[in-house]
Amino acid sequence: MKIQKTVVAAALGMAFVSGAAFADINVGVSVSATGPAASLGIPEKNTLTLLPTTIAGQKVNYIVLDDASDTTTAVKNIRKLISEDKVDVVIGSTITPNSLAMIDVAAESKTPMISMAASSKIVDPVDEKRRWVFKTPQNDQQMATAIVSHMVDAGVKTVGFIGFADAYGEGWWEQFSAIADARKLKIVANERYKRSDTSVTGQVLKLYAAKPDAILIAGAGTPAALPQKSLKQRGFAGKIYQTHGVANNDFLRVCGADCEGTFLPAGPVLVADQLPADNPVRASAQEYVSKYEAAFGKGSVSTFGGHAWDAGTLMVNAVPVALKAGQPGTPEFRAALRDALEGLKEVAGAHGIFNMSPTDHLGLDQRSRVMVQIKGGAWLMVK
Amino acid sequence: MDLEIAMLLGQDGVTNGAIYALLALALVLVFAVTRVIFIPQGEFVAYGALTLAMIEAGRLPGTVWLLLAAGVLVVALDGLDALRRGGVGRLMKVVGWNIGYPLALVALMRFVPTDSWPLAAKVALTMAVVVPLGPMIYRVAYQPVAEASVLILLIVSVAVHVAMVGLALLFFGAEGSRTSAFSDASFTVGPMMVSGQSLWVIGTSLALIVALALFFGRTIYGKALRATAINRAGARLMGISPALAGRLTFMLAALIGALSGVLIAPIATIYYDTGFLIGLKGFVAAIIGGLASYPIAALGAILVGVLEAFSSFWASAYKEVIVFTLIIPVLVWRSLTSHHVEEDE
Repeated sequence: MKIQKTVVAAALGMAFVSGAAFADINVGVSVSATGPAASLGIPEKNTLTLLPTTIAGQKVNYIVLDDASDTTTAVKNIRKLISEDKVDVVIGSTITPNSLAMIDVAAESKTPMISMAASSKIVDPVDEKRRWVFKTPQNDQQMATAIVSHMVDAGVKTVGFIGFADAYGEGWWEQFSAIADARKLKIVANERYKRSDTSVTGQVLKLYAAKPDAILIAGAGTPAALPQKSLKQRGFAGKIYQTHGVANNDFLRVCGADCEGTFLPAGPVLVADQLPADNPVRASAQEYVSKYEAAFGKGSVSTFGGHAWDAGTLMVNAVPVALKAGQPGTPEFRAALRDALEGLKEVAGAHGIFNMSPTDHLGLDQRSRVMVQIKGGAWLMVK
Repeated sequence: MDLEIAMLLGQDGVTNGAIYALLALALVLVFAVTRVIFIPQGEFVAYGALTLAMIEAGRLPGTVWLLLAAGVLVVALDGLDALRRGGVGRLMKVVGWNIGYPLALVALMRFVPTDSWPLAAKVALTMAVVVPLGPMIYRVAYQPVAEASVLILLIVSVAVHVAMVGLALLFFGAEGSRTSAFSDASFTVGPMMVSGQSLWVIGTSLALIVALALFFGRTIYGKALRATAINRAGARLMGISPALAGRLTFMLAALIGALSGVLIAPIATIYYDTGFLIGLKGFVAAIIGGLASYPIAALGAILVGVLEAFSSFWASAYKEVIVFTLIIPVLVWRSLTSHHVEEDE
C-alpha cells in the first residue's frame, strides 16, 4: 500500500514539476518488499522514507518499486526507472540474484547503482560494468572470517554446518568451508534445509551423531530458528553460531530460550548503544536507530534497514560533489555521481565507515562487524 | 543409522504425515464433490496457525477483517436474491451471518482480553474466525463458475491461492511465528522419546478421520455430500442443492486446514507462505489416492511424511526432489492400472 502511495505521489510530483524544474534529483529504488525476501525488503522500504527530500538545496524524488524478490521483475523495474523516470541513481535490490541481473542495465545506461545485497560478486572485481555498481552490506567473507576466528579462539576443533538449500546457504558454505580449512577447523557434517521446512529432525540427528564442538546455522530471519530449536531439543550442548542474516527481533521472538548463548557476527548497528564511546560508528548507527524507531516504533529496527540507510548516506554524501559537474537528469551528472561515490572517504553509516576506491566499491573494513551473543533474549556485544 | 535414529525419524515422519493426511482428505473431498482442485487448501493451514499466533500475542488478526470483507461480498451477491425470495426476514439472516457475525468477532477481540484465555478457547476462537472463510470463498470465487470445466476451476484456484498468500503477507508480515504447545510432556518408550505434541497431532488426526467417517456414514448432510460426489446430476434430481453441497464441503476443507495449522504451529515455525508447500505434499498424497480414495490418500500421506523424514537424513539437499519425484512412478502406475474416463463437459 505504502509503496503504491509513494509511487503515485512521486508520479504526480513528477508530472507536476517536469519541464518547470527539471533539476530535481530522481532516485529509483527497487526493493523486495514481498516474496521470500520480504523480511529484508520491508525494513529497507521503511528506511527509505527516512532519507532526506532535499540534498544541497535540490529536491529529491524517490520512485520506489517492489520487485517481489523476483529477478525478472527487478530487471523490468530498473529498465522502467531508467527509461521512463529518468533516474540519476538506482538503489537496489535487496537480494543478490536481483542485484546481479540489474548490473547490466545500470552499466548499459551509465547509471550508478547502489545494491543492498550481500554477495561480493556484485562489486568484485570492479570491471567495465561494475564500475557503475556499489554496495553497502558487508561481504559474507568478512562475516565468515569473524565466525572462524571466534571459533578458533574458543578452542573449537570440529564443526558442523547446516544451511539453507539456496544461494544464501551455498554462498556461506563456500566461504566458510574455505576459511575453516585454512584455519585447520575440521568440518564433520554438512547439511541443507529449506526455508519453508516444517521439520529438520533428519538433518539434526545427523549433525548430532557427528558430535561437533560447534555448529554453524547459515540461515536468514526466523527460519534459522528451526534447526537451533531442534538441536536443543536433542540435547546438543556445544556452541551454536548463526549468521548476520538472523539479526532482527523477530528471530529472538520465535527462537526464545533455545537461542540463549548463540554467537553471531553482525553490523555494529545491532548493538549501537553498546559500542564504546570512541567507536566512530556509534554516533551514526545511533542516529539511524533513533530515527527508525521514532517512525516505526520501539524495537522495530533491524540491521537490514541499515543497509538501505547506508545506501542513502552514500548518495547524500556524493550528490553535492556531483552537482558541481552538471545538472541532475544529464549523463554528465550521472557520471560525476559515479565518480563522487567512488571517491567517498570516511563516510560513517549505520554498519561501518565507508572508504571507496577504484578497486573497492564496498569500502567497509573491520569496523563494520562485531561479534554478538544472545543473552537474556537480547543482543549483547562480545568484548 | 541405528534403531534409535530410525525410530526418531519414523516418529517425525508419521507426525508430519498425519498433517498431510488431513490435507489429502480435504483435497479428495473437495475434488469429489465440486471438481475443484483446491490449491489454497494449504493457505488455511497458515491462516489457522498465524491467526492463533496473533491471538496469543494479544493482537487483532487481520483475518477477521478478511472475514468481514468476504461477508460484505457475499451479501452483495446474495442480498437481492434473498430479499426477492424470502423478504426482509431472509435478507436479515444473510446480513446477520455474513456481516453481523464478523463484526461480533471484531468486537469480541477488541474489547475482551482474549490473550489471557485458556489455549482451548483460543483455538476455538481461531476456528470461529478462519472456518467461515471457506464457504464464503466458495460463494464468491467458485459458485458463479460451478458448472465450468475442471481446468477453469483450477485456474480460479490458482487465483484464490495467489490472493490468499498476498493477503497473508499483509496480515501477518513476512516473519514466521510459533504458538505454545498443547502439551510439554514427553514420554520415553524404550530408547525413544515421544513428545506430547506429536501424540496430539496424531491423535487429533485420527479422531478427525473417525469423525469424518461418521459424518459421511451417519448424517443426512454427509450422505448428501457423498451422493453429490458419486453423481452430481443424480443428486440434484434428488433435491440436493449443489450450492449447499459446495459450501458445506469448503467449510469442512477450511476446518481441516485451520485445525492442521493449529496442530503444527507449536512444532514448526509457520510463515505466511508455508501453507502452499504443506498443501502440495498433501496433494501428492491425494494423487496417490487418485483424488478419489480416502484410505489410500491417508496411507500415501504417511508414506510422504516418512519418506521426507528419511530423505532429510540421508540427502537433505534433495529432500523435496525425492518427495515430489514420488509422484511420477505413482502416476505411471495409476495410468497403467486404471482406465481413463473422458470428463463429460
